[in-house]
Amino acid sequence: MPTKLPPWVNYGLLPLMNLGMAFLVAGLIVVILGESPIEAVRLLVFGAFGYGEAVGYTLFYTTNFIFTGLAVALAFQCGLFNIGGEGQAYIGGLGVGLVGIYIGHWPVPIGIMIGIMAAALFGGLWGFIPGWLQARRGSHTVITTIMLNFIAASIMTYLLVDPLRREGQQIPESVTFDERIWLPQLHEVFAELGLAIGRSPLNASLFIALVCCLLYWLFVWKTRAGYELRVVGRSEAAAVYGGISPARQIMIAMTLSGALAGLMSLNEVLGAQHRLTLGFTGGYGFVGIAVALMGRGHPIGIILAALLFGALYQGGSELAFDMPTINRDMVVVIQGLVILFAGALEHMFRPWLEARFARPAVPAPA
Amino acid sequence: MSVAVTAGQPAPAVALEGVNKSFGPVHANQDIALAVQPGTIHGIIGENGAGKSTLMNILYGFYQADSGRILVDGKELVIKSPEDAIAAGIGMVHQHFMLVEPFTVLENILLGAEGGWTLEAGAARAREELLRLERDYALEVDIDARIEDLPVGIQQRVEILKALFRGARVLILDEPTGVLTPQEADHLFRILKSLKEQGRTVILITHKLREIMAVTDNVSVMRGGEMVAHRKTAETTTEELAELMVGRKVLLRVEKRPARPKAPVLDVEHLEVVDELGVRRVKDVSFTVRAGEIVGIAGVAGNGQSQLLEALSGIRRITSGRVLLHGAPVLDAADARRKKLGHVPEDRLRMGLVRGFPAYENAILGYHLLPAYAEHGFLKKRGIIEHCLGWMKGYDVRPVAPLLQATSFSGGNQQKLVLAREMEHDPDLLLVGQPTRGVDIGAIEFIHKRLIAMRDAGKAILLVSVELDEILSLADRIIVMFDGTITGELEASAADARRIGMLMAGIREEMAA
Repeated sequence: MPTKLPPWVNYGLLPLMNLGMAFLVAGLIVVILGESPIEAVRLLVFGAFGYGEAVGYTLFYTTNFIFTGLAVALAFQCGLFNIGGEGQAYIGGLGVGLVGIYIGHWPVPIGIMIGIMAAALFGGLWGFIPGWLQARRGSHTVITTIMLNFIAASIMTYLLVDPLRREGQQIPESVTFDERIWLPQLHEVFAELGLAIGRSPLNASLFIALVCCLLYWLFVWKTRAGYELRVVGRSEAAAVYGGISPARQIMIAMTLSGALAGLMSLNEVLGAQHRLTLGFTGGYGFVGIAVALMGRGHPIGIILAALLFGALYQGGSELAFDMPTINRDMVVVIQGLVILFAGALEHMFRPWLEARFARPAVPAPA
Repeated sequence: MSVAVTAGQPAPAVALEGVNKSFGPVHANQDIALAVQPGTIHGIIGENGAGKSTLMNILYGFYQADSGRILVDGKELVIKSPEDAIAAGIGMVHQHFMLVEPFTVLENILLGAEGGWTLEAGAARAREELLRLERDYALEVDIDARIEDLPVGIQQRVEILKALFRGARVLILDEPTGVLTPQEADHLFRILKSLKEQGRTVILITHKLREIMAVTDNVSVMRGGEMVAHRKTAETTTEELAELMVGRKVLLRVEKRPARPKAPVLDVEHLEVVDELGVRRVKDVSFTVRAGEIVGIAGVAGNGQSQLLEALSGIRRITSGRVLLHGAPVLDAADARRKKLGHVPEDRLRMGLVRGFPAYENAILGYHLLPAYAEHGFLKKRGIIEHCLGWMKGYDVRPVAPLLQATSFSGGNQQKLVLAREMEHDPDLLLVGQPTRGVDIGAIEFIHKRLIAMRDAGKAILLVSVELDEILSLADRIIVMFDGTITGELEASAADARRIGMLMAGIREEMAA
């Protein structure tokens, strides 16, 4: 993205304008439905941040979005569009689930450590497949990752309907794991310290996500491996010239991207539900694309964008609950508008802003 | 500066008065005045970035001037788009042709002038008109041939035909000889002269002094966005024009001592390269480059030099034959660098630099594996910046700003950055592709001196350039390529432009003899 805009416009004003536009259109829809948009916003913000439980849920969703946002952003650094975060997270969940089901009773840190590794490994494998296909067979990742999402969903449905289903019942989900592999939930930790925060599934995964942000930043901009990956993302010709194999970097990027998406399953499977369920990925993988775009591929931006979407998820369900005319689907529409303006229509205001703030590169006299 | 129009002379075919154009803070054209007399060939010369193309794009309606007047045949016009320019009788032949390759010549010329719902009536009329134009101007073109089957020289004639067909009385040519052999260029000049004889006006933009002297009647010199001089070609000299262009005296010839070649560094034996489309690009090429000499590869662009350079540097797979560096084969680009091969690629923007990366990150591309730049897998940013800073100073890269995006530097400064990277890693063999493409005269001089200094330090240099003058002034031995084969190899002392031109056109000495 050859950006000529000053950073505060590129990273601040432009996303805010996109967001404002999304809320403006959403507000119009609320007006058409005969409700007050001001009241809707108040309910949404209160529902997302107004009290302890709300904040907990918001941060819980934020955690999901950080993982999937990082996954999309990492692939993007290598010039790849990973639309398969959903499937990679799902398969990552399979890894965690197997660990939970079979060795969940292992001593406390060991089981969890293996679970984390399994999530990354399984997700990474599911990312490696499209990476390999693109590097060696020229199949475009956009196509293959989408298709692998369906394959992942089919595999998980089969496994949860038959081999992994808890015996003696008809719900497609696994047994509940041994408590030793549960990730500590924050309200429990705080309760032990004598502090009462509202009950929510917010758990240690948030910290794993933040550590991943740091590792992502270090890897992409500070390491030689990240340098090679970025060169490929910018120019394959320059990479080949520099002795860097694009095929190898594509496979590395997709594997790491898949691993990050796979880690999202920790939050849902080990942190909240403690069992493997059907469709626990809930579309977070796809929203990760919007998070990565809005966050400009930078961890700080991704955290902020993830927080926005986390708040929309949590505040949106409160809004749907409190304002009967705004049902659940309406909230999805609002989220969709944010994705549309912040993600897909990212370039709508850009030319206009460039005309005002652009700093043309000044060629130096030679 | 005002343009003196002597009384009694006809109104200029094109006149510009007080034209200004800025792009942000860059004043690309400052108060330009220009008068082109009808029925003449008018040269506009200047370094890259002097504002020639901007000025012509204003005249052709691609850009609007911020202020100033455009007069065509004495009448003031507002030219808002190329359509307006065409309507005013102004045609332009761009540096990069704008032709639809799978279409025939006739179909290309009809584009945008189809005339009706079906092509037939328009095509019949066009055919008649084209045949007349070809007769009048010695523009021999088979109008039913497909563009992709035609050599570049002929494609250029198609562009000229297209402009004439649209009724151009003033024809602008932007760097027209960059892609031509000397023979094709001569033919182009004959066409331009016959256009002039028929009363048409030609504006020739170039940075080649030789062409100005050979073909123009008047010449205007641009420097730094300003029009610095107008001369009658007959009353000026190459030296004067060069000085006006750069604002100081320049060495047109590189001063160098005779080469003292030593042991062979690069041996190429029966090299064959077939590209991804299955086309044989390099055919049975064998040669040697020794330490302490510059071997120049001359040829019109697109005769296998690019593929040869890529094969030698390990970027492109070799189909058969051998490339030996110090007697050992080159496996890939990373291996080539380990074996001390430096490579300044032809296409510096696509290959030599990573767009969007700052200068310091570009300064280690290809050398990023060296322990000097990384420790435990982490890049030593501070150290890299310091290296980059030193090179920028040593190679006069301006501005000295390692954190600035590489693409924000001008062409010459980008090239010096690439050159610094490849030279400062002390290669035994340096492959150099088009070192001065898009580079201004000041930087050309600098780059040439550096190459000679490197040769004198006992390094082997292989220089590929489509600028014959560059090959002639730098190389100690000259290899000429045509259609993937070597058509001749001669000592620089025995070489002259005409002989090389014949070889570049594929006419071997024994055939010519």
